[in-house]
Formats: sequence, C-alpha cells, structure tokens
Amino acid sequence: MKTKQNYLETVVHGIFLLLGLVTVACVLLITAYLVISGIPAIREIGIVKFLFGKEWASTAAEPKYGILPFILTSVYGTAGAILLGVPVGFLTAVYLAKMAPKSVKEIVGQAVSMLAGIPSVVYGLVGMMVLVPGIRKLFHIPDGASLLAAIIVLAIMILPSIIKMSVTALEAVPKEYEDASLALGATPEETWFRVSVPAAKSGIAAAVVLGVGRAIGEAMAVMMVAGNAANMPSLFQSVRFLTTAVASEMSYSSGLQRQALFSIALVLFLFIMLINAILNFFLKGERRS
Amino acid sequence: MSASRKWFIRLVRFGMYLATALTALLTLFIVAYVLVKGIPNLSWQFLSTKPSYLSGNIGILPDILNTVYIVIATLVIVIPLGVGAAVYLTEYASNKKLVAVIEYAAEALSGIPSIIYGLVGMLMFAGTFGTSLMAGALTLVIMNLPTILRNTQESLKTVPQSYREGAFGLGAGKWRVVRTVVLPGCVDGVITGCILSVGRILGESAALLFTAGFAHALNGFFEGLGSAGATLTVALYVYAKEQGEFGVAFGIAAILLVLSFCINLSAGAVTNYYQKKNAI
Repeated sequence: MKTKQNYLETVVHGIFLLLGLVTVACVLLITAYLVISGIPAIREIGIVKFLFGKEWASTAAEPKYGILPFILTSVYGTAGAILLGVPVGFLTAVYLAKMAPKSVKEIVGQAVSMLAGIPSVVYGLVGMMVLVPGIRKLFHIPDGASLLAAIIVLAIMILPSIIKMSVTALEAVPKEYEDASLALGATPEETWFRVSVPAAKSGIAAAVVLGVGRAIGEAMAVMMVAGNAANMPSLFQSVRFLTTAVASEMSYSSGLQRQALFSIALVLFLFIMLINAILNFFLKGERRS
Repeated sequence: MSASRKWFIRLVRFGMYLATALTALLTLFIVAYVLVKGIPNLSWQFLSTKPSYLSGNIGILPDILNTVYIVIATLVIVIPLGVGAAVYLTEYASNKKLVAVIEYAAEALSGIPSIIYGLVGMLMFAGTFGTSLMAGALTLVIMNLPTILRNTQESLKTVPQSYREGAFGLGAGKWRVVRTVVLPGCVDGVITGCILSVGRILGESAALLFTAGFAHALNGFFEGLGSAGATLTVALYVYAKEQGEFGVAFGIAAILLVLSFCINLSAGAVTNYYQKKNAI
C-alpha cells in the first residue's frame, strides 16, 4: 500500500515536471530550427554580403541577397513608431493613472483595451483604405504605400501596450512620495512629472522596450501598407521590413532563395532576443525598486 | 508662483489632454469606420454560404467554421500543457534555478513575433501534417502556452496555503491535494487564460498563413483539421490584399471587431466575478 502510493506520487511528479519542461523545449526547438535552417544560406552568400549587401534581387537571373535595406527599414520604421507613439502613450498613461476622473478613466481604459484587441489585419485594412490614399493626396506622390504609412500604423498599434504598462508602473508608485512632494509645495502636475514619473522610470522604460518588440515583429499590418518593394528606406517610398521580407516571398520561394528567407527570420529572431534581454533588465529594475 | 512653473503646468496639462483625446478619438474612428463600411455587407447569405467561382458568390461560412475548429483544437491541447506547467511551477518545483529557466522560457515565447511562429510551425508541423488546420493549431498551442501558464499560475498563488496544509494534515498525499484542493482553485485563471487565448487566436494571421493555408472548403470537424483552411483573419487578408474584395474584407473586419469587443467584456466580467467571490 505504502509503496504503491509512493510509486503513484513519483509518476505524477514526473508528469508535471515534463509538462513544465514543454515550455523550455519549445524555446529550444524554435531556436534550433531557426539556426539550422538559417545558417546554410548565410554561409553560401557570405555573412558580410548578406548583412550589408544593399541589393535584394532574389528572382533575378543573377540573384543578389543583401538584406541591409530590410534591416534599416525595420530599424527606421520602429524608431519612427516609437517617436510618434511613445509621447502620446506616455502622456495618456500619466493622465489615466493620476489625473483622470473615475468615469473618464473607465471609458478610455475600455477604448485602450479595444485598441489592443483589434487584429493586425484590421489595422492593415484601415491603413490601406484611409492612410495610403491620404498620404498619396497630401504629399502628391504616385503611391501612398510607404514607410510613413507603416510608421503611423505601427505607432497606433504599440499605443495600448505602452499605455497599459506605464499606467501599472505609475499606479505602483508609493503614495508617500507624492504626498511628500505636495506637502513641500509642488503642484500636482509637478509632482506627477518630477516625482511619480522618475519613480516609475524602469516600468515606463520596459513599456517602451515592449513597444519596440511589438513594432519590429509586426508583419501583416505592415505588409498591407508598406508596398513591399525592396528599396533602401525612405519616408515616401515603398519599403520592405524584415518581417514582410519573410512573409511576401515564402509562398513561392525555393532553393537558395527559400534558405535566405530563413536566414532573414534568424536575423529577426536575434533582434527580438536582444530586445527581450533589455526588457528583462528593466523589469528586474522595476521589481527591485 | 513663477512664470516658468505656470508654463510648465499649462504645457503638461495641454499635452495630457491632447494625448488622451487623440487615443480615444483614434479608437473611435477605427471602430466606427470599420463598422460603417462593414455592416452593410453582412447578410444571412454572406454568413451561411461558401464561396463559389461559378456563381461569383462570396460567403464566409467555411472561414467561420475553420476559426471555430482551430480555437477548439488549440485550447484542447494547450490547456493541459499550460495548467500542468503552472501546477509544476507552484506546487512541485523545489529547484529555484529550474523555475527561473521555465519562467524565462515562457517570457521568451511571449516575445517571439507571430511571423517567426508561422515559419517554425511550417517547418515543424506542416512537414508532418501537411498544410492543415492541425498544423496551424499546434503552432498556436506554442504561442498561447505562456498566456495559459501565467494566468493559471497567478490564480494558483491566490489559493491559501492553509488549504493545502489542512489537506496534508488530514493525511492526503501530494497528488490528492493537487487534484482536490489546488486544481479547483485555479478554474478562474484557466478561464481568463482561455478567453485571452481565444482573442489572440481570432486576431492571428501571420502564424497561420503558412501553416493552415487559405482554402475555403466546407468541412466537418475532423476532416477540417486534416485539410487546409483559412480562418477569418487570414480570409480578410486574402480578400483585401490578393483579390481586392474590400467589401468582403470590411464585413469580416466588422465581425472580428464585435467578437473582440465581446471577448474584452467577458474577460473583464470573469475577473470581476472571481475577485468578488475571493473577497468574500
């Protein structure tokens, strides 16, 4: 009886241990698959030529596989989205966390959740129908599908994560800090921006990094508004991101071209892992404070 | 008060009002635009038929069914995995390093973009199962694992330690305590996790494009899992980008918005319900 019980317990423990390790196995498998399928093309093309080549012509008679345009587009696009999205998201978060009356907070909070729940293809669709023609008319260019359209769409898409995470960080600031500042004669606005915000800075930094991760990894919405030509990035030109480079040629690619797409995914994966590491650094800072 | 302080206050107040108004108006505009453009395209025929090249009819019933199938298949697989991992982390694990590794892995999973899931899913699952809803569902399982894991873990932490000690004191073994005390206590976390996962699956497109494909065939559940099929989001993408059928795309977009609104509401309602229940 006793040994039978122990036997059962050991088996159950083992099963739960296995279930716990599934997550780790998934991460390892994804990494392994990406590395194994991504390395051959980089080897064949040459790492310098691949990363710093300025021309991508995968279907030409003499194919060229340089992904510098995609890397730069992803970097510029993300930077642009952060530049537009972070100030708006940050100020909204301070308002919601500190100043807004309860009813306004509730309604805008709902709106932000709604924004977070909109699928990326819907953002792409609205961008395609509103932004792209708008940009074409406003700047008198032949096609509005451009880096600018992608930046605006991405800026809107990262708003909810920035707002939610910053609000959480700002609300966690101890009330004593603010009371002390108010008692010393600072106005509420000065208290929020000179005391609460600095106290919540690692949380807000984490929110920004999370936004960077979202923006750099977004594929479908960008695919629908950026035009997808493999140009070097320029605000009013059709461009291709790292994500869309993978998505747009995957369905008909073969041979070295297909392998090169996996290499692009590997580069994107390395970017994301770097961002995750930075995010973790800030989150740890948040927990410590 | 000095002039510069007054200016600072005016400036930040103006900035905050402007930013919040912008956020709210943007949301309102997107939602209203999609609904206004989409709802006129909805009809019973649109919802209940399949597309046919012969009659030129476009219906989205296959896409709706595919979405339902893929949601069911994903949840059936991901719930045991996620809950099991959460139980291991909170109840069984004694090695702190292992816990840290598993939690780090879960965080890494939630940061990976869906296009990479799509690519790896294509290599891992579409190779064995063919381009099919099953391959798509398995890809989504990995994607949603962290969501279920984290929500279950949070709710397990709210099960009072005294319950467990009481059960142990009465002579129950570890597995019996987990089965009778711990698992019933995490139902709310599992439900919240499921709702969030359903929302994520509904909105997912990049991970499904190369794993589940974009066919519009009308199938039963098991037959459907074995064959390629587009979910609503993938169908939207194909109709808008490849076929230029914007009316259809907006119709689907309107349905997706309404669904995502319902999901937000129910997630909020479930959280509220259990918070009140736990408070008593």
